[in-house]
Amino acid sequence: MNKTLIKEFQSIVGATNVFTEKADRVTYSYDAAVLEPVIPSLVVRPTTSESLGKIVRMCNDLELPLTVRGAGSNLSGGTIPKANGVVALTNALNKILEINTQDMYAVVEPGVITAKFASAVEAKGLFYPPDPGSQAVSTIAGNVAENAGGLRGLKYGVTRDYVMGLDFFDTNGELVKTGSKTVKCVTGYNLTGLMTASEGTLGVFNRIILKLVPPPRHRKSMVAVFDTMADASETVAGIIAHQVIPATLEFMDNFTIRAVEGYSHAGLPTDAAALLLIEVDGHPAQVEDDALKVEAICRNHHAGEIRTAADDTERDKVWEARRAALSALAKLRPTVVLEDATVPRSKIPSMVSAIESISRKHDITIGTFGHAGDGNLHPTLLTDRRDAAEWKRAEATIEDIFDKALELGGTLSGEHGIGIAKSGFLEKETTSATIAYSRKIRRALDPKGILNPGKIIS
Amino acid sequence: MNRIKELATLMRELDDSLAVCMRCGMCQSVCPLFSETGLESDVARGKLALLDGLMKKLFTHPEEVNKRLNKCLLCGSCTANCPSGVNVTDIFLKARAILTGFMGLSPAKKIILRGMLAHPKLFDRAMEWGAGFQKFFTKPVNDMLGTSCTRFASPLGDRHIKSLAPTPFHKIVPEINTAPGAAGIKVAFFTGCLVDKIFPQIGKAVLDVLDHYGAGVQITGDEACCGIPALSSGDTVTFNKLVCHNLALYDPDEIDYLVTACATCTSTIKKFWPLMADTGSPALQKKMERLTEKTLDINQFVVSKLGLKHADTVEPDQTHTVTYHDPCHLKKSLGVSAEPRQLIQANPDYRFVEMSESDRCCGMGGSFNLFYYGLSSAIGQRKRDDIAATKASVLTTGCPACMLQISDMLSKAGDSVMVRHPIEIYAEFLKKYDTDTKTHKTKTGCRPGI
Repeated sequence: MNKTLIKEFQSIVGATNVFTEKADRVTYSYDAAVLEPVIPSLVVRPTTSESLGKIVRMCNDLELPLTVRGAGSNLSGGTIPKANGVVALTNALNKILEINTQDMYAVVEPGVITAKFASAVEAKGLFYPPDPGSQAVSTIAGNVAENAGGLRGLKYGVTRDYVMGLDFFDTNGELVKTGSKTVKCVTGYNLTGLMTASEGTLGVFNRIILKLVPPPRHRKSMVAVFDTMADASETVAGIIAHQVIPATLEFMDNFTIRAVEGYSHAGLPTDAAALLLIEVDGHPAQVEDDALKVEAICRNHHAGEIRTAADDTERDKVWEARRAALSALAKLRPTVVLEDATVPRSKIPSMVSAIESISRKHDITIGTFGHAGDGNLHPTLLTDRRDAAEWKRAEATIEDIFDKALELGGTLSGEHGIGIAKSGFLEKETTSATIAYSRKIRRALDPKGILNPGKIIS
Repeated sequence: MNRIKELATLMRELDDSLAVCMRCGMCQSVCPLFSETGLESDVARGKLALLDGLMKKLFTHPEEVNKRLNKCLLCGSCTANCPSGVNVTDIFLKARAILTGFMGLSPAKKIILRGMLAHPKLFDRAMEWGAGFQKFFTKPVNDMLGTSCTRFASPLGDRHIKSLAPTPFHKIVPEINTAPGAAGIKVAFFTGCLVDKIFPQIGKAVLDVLDHYGAGVQITGDEACCGIPALSSGDTVTFNKLVCHNLALYDPDEIDYLVTACATCTSTIKKFWPLMADTGSPALQKKMERLTEKTLDINQFVVSKLGLKHADTVEPDQTHTVTYHDPCHLKKSLGVSAEPRQLIQANPDYRFVEMSESDRCCGMGGSFNLFYYGLSSAIGQRKRDDIAATKASVLTTGCPACMLQISDMLSKAGDSVMVRHPIEIYAEFLKKYDTDTKTHKTKTGCRPGI
């Protein structure tokens, strides 16, 4: 980028917040998706809301592609920039502006880290449920832009369900306001809904109003061991059919169980076909009642063993195994592709057996775990991207998984986003009119195409 | 361009270990440097991407990468918490060696490492000379901490430094070689530069404890530095020289254990000698392996090999409140965190309180403190605040380098907190226990539940 332009950016955010050296730019060329990195031409770090707006406007004036980046932890390439583009970092805009316990909402800047926010909310006696796997580093704006999910989706919903309102910059750097701090609000179009999961393609978040809820007073966790996959999935269906909605209802296949056991020696049954990890929460009396029901349902579906955590330490142990799943799998091979094709939960048995045969067909190792309660599985491909032939088979595997999920009435992505990774598959799930319609919206709002080009729809 | 190709070829050695990083970014949540700067080039994922870039001939100026690679505390927080198990510290040390070999050592580092550190006798004499003259250049600022600051503008900036000891440990205890006594164990004590030159009282405490148990002790009086300053500067020439010098001092057949009271020395000998040292002969490599297997941190050694003593009938005095900082090189590198606490808690005169985030890096990072003092202090300030919040009158830690950093931070804040090593607290207890045996019943063994 030429010196005059760099000076202009410097005048907006200050010289120390403009990064031009290649070694700095290279570190913003990737995210957690397994995709080719792209080195941006400039990286800026606005420290005020005003300067963020000015950066958007300037990029629009100069027709420079703009990619906004939080932690860069997304799994679909949503923060991989364009080569001639600008990356704007949000991590200097990281203030929690308000946590209102009376009206149960919070207002945050885009770069607030999810886990830090959740613990600040907890310290005030309230609860922010969305807990994506990357919450220790991910930012709230990133979560909103991707509509991030997590383990508690089944009962508590996903990020979308907690966004009450937003301020965002349009391409001219003008502030657009949508939603409100009130429970009810029908003022104007539901732009909040449009902006959620828009992956930085329709505007740049400035402030976010989030809904908070009272924390559950009691929790109970248990692990159930199954000899067949069918028993495990029928248990999942059975629990829901009995109108028990666990906060988390997680699943691990045999391959993942063995990987976790090999890694952490937690005493998991390595010969089990599947494990279900279940947590019910709420009023103590309700929790006890639900836990008994869940236990009975597990037993009716031939669970070999049911372990209920007696206290917090045992509860932590139950979830340690689940938290170790990705790490344990990741340690087996250099390249890890974490997929998130999602199916209606009744289709989980079909999906799991399909994944097994796809894995055999392409000779690609897959460990599957995930959110059984909401049908959001994580088939995790273990491969080595440096081996061209194997990588080709891995890509074919991914495509087959997508096709199968769609065939079963599911979706391409439950929570990781479309980004670059799944952009080419979008039409398979929708229609050509959907793409055209989306493209029209995008062109109307961003005529020069500067907002995170290449993501969702190309 | 040919040079870049050559460098890329050298970097290929790291290909397999670099491929393990899945770019998840979780290292951002534990990196003490990233939490200050928020820059991706400061966190492991960014640096690994840069090394990957070197390998793929992305850079025409490797200095850009080298500069960023060196801006790291080598605390190992990322390694200890990496979901996919990337050995970040090992990769960085190897990369520093490759880059230094390729680009050469800076003139200043050359003088310090090759001109001074590589010559143990010369280094000792220079420091003794310095100890005699330091009072002309520095003035005391905190009696409790024993810190001073410089009288004039100097390269030390506004640091509150610990003075060089008037008499280094190797002058107090020149050479020892005693046969095993009651304990039936022979121990070589590797003093380490900082214990020798700044904290000889730690060396004294180690000897007192070993004597108390009746362990045979070997102190060679001719040690060189463990090599970490050279290694972290990528200077493998000096590193290998220092390892070879030290190897010649010990016979693994003659000793049961080699102990140090310095977290960094222990972790360097145990982890980085086998990883990085090239002694030039298979026999020496074998000897090195055997010696490193026998190397233990003093806290771990006392608890696991000698057995903790405690006096159950002594009335707890608890006049002091003590807290403990986990050195990165003990907890994250060697997994030692319970043992130093056990040593401290054995002494009934001290009431133990945990500080918040006791295993957060203090920001020292060896040469990191020299080159990035501002950042080092910002990280250290958090540690200081956590210590102050405990209201403890004594801070203990198992690493003399952390002791330097924490003394600087506490001194600048005007705190009256003593900085000590757990072995000093334990030695103090044993001394009292010795006299108490006349009037009190005591028993030996590990106290359960702590």
